Amino acid sequence: MPAIQSPETKEIHPDVALVARAKQGDTAAFEQLVRQYERQIFRVAQHITQNREDAEDIAQEAFLKAYGKLDQFQGNSKFSTWLVRIAVNESLMRLRKRKTSRTVSMDEDVQTEDGAIPRDFAEWRPNPEQLYGKNELGEILRKTIQGLPPGFRTVFTLRDVENLSTEETAEALGLSVPAVKSRLLRARLQLRERLSRYFHQTSGGSKS
Amino acid sequence: MTCTEFLSKLTDYFDDHLEADLIADVKAHVKKCSHCEVVMDTTRKTISIYRENELYEFPDALRDRLHAAIMKKCSKAS
Repeated sequence: MPAIQSPETKEIHPDVALVARAKQGDTAAFEQLVRQYERQIFRVAQHITQNREDAEDIAQEAFLKAYGKLDQFQGNSKFSTWLVRIAVNESLMRLRKRKTSRTVSMDEDVQTEDGAIPRDFAEWRPNPEQLYGKNELGEILRKTIQGLPPGFRTVFTLRDVENLSTEETAEALGLSVPAVKSRLLRARLQLRERLSRYFHQTSGGSKS
Repeated sequence: MTCTEFLSKLTDYFDDHLEADLIADVKAHVKKCSHCEVVMDTTRKTISIYRENELYEFPDALRDRLHAAIMKKCSKAS
């Protein structure tokens, strides 16, 4: 039987030391954290805003805010989760400023039953990767996730694209775990339903 | 287990958050319900296809530009 680990011997995340050094004013340590997470932060922002220029701005703002608020980071969560939370807030704020966006709050979208009940029961044969080339498949995936309400898109991005745990996703979004689970189910089912339009036929590609 | 109950357990099933007896119930349901079997299979594929395909490129030039901009902003702030 394996020995039970005491909390003291729990593995300490390497970020903890980097954050401690950065708090002391060690710029190289902060730069190392930037290097580790700039890609992820940019990707999260791009998924939420669906805009590359916005994502660049948001990534800069998010790291600047993190740098300014390092003292407030208590280490109760992972540094990366804390950083993602800042980037998500910046991204949603950016969406709110856009006149074209219908809904931008994490609390909206929930009332809709759209896509909550599966309607398409055709199998995906052959596999989407066999049906479409890489570029065409990428275009379908981008277009489909773009059509998802921002609140659902954000939950799906953190949990399923970035592979954050349910608890980390809840923390990054300021939602409860049950709220994350319910949004995640809706997001997954809506995406599945929309992708089925492209993937369910047995030959050729849909041009709809 | 009904189809509605199956759906309500689907996310926990994928995320490995279900207890053994519920896992067995889910498996038993999809064995006898072809619609839910398809929903399970295609939802699983939905997740994996987004996980495996990088939707947005992050070329070196962009990374370098972004990195420099971040560090410039932070150095001004300190």
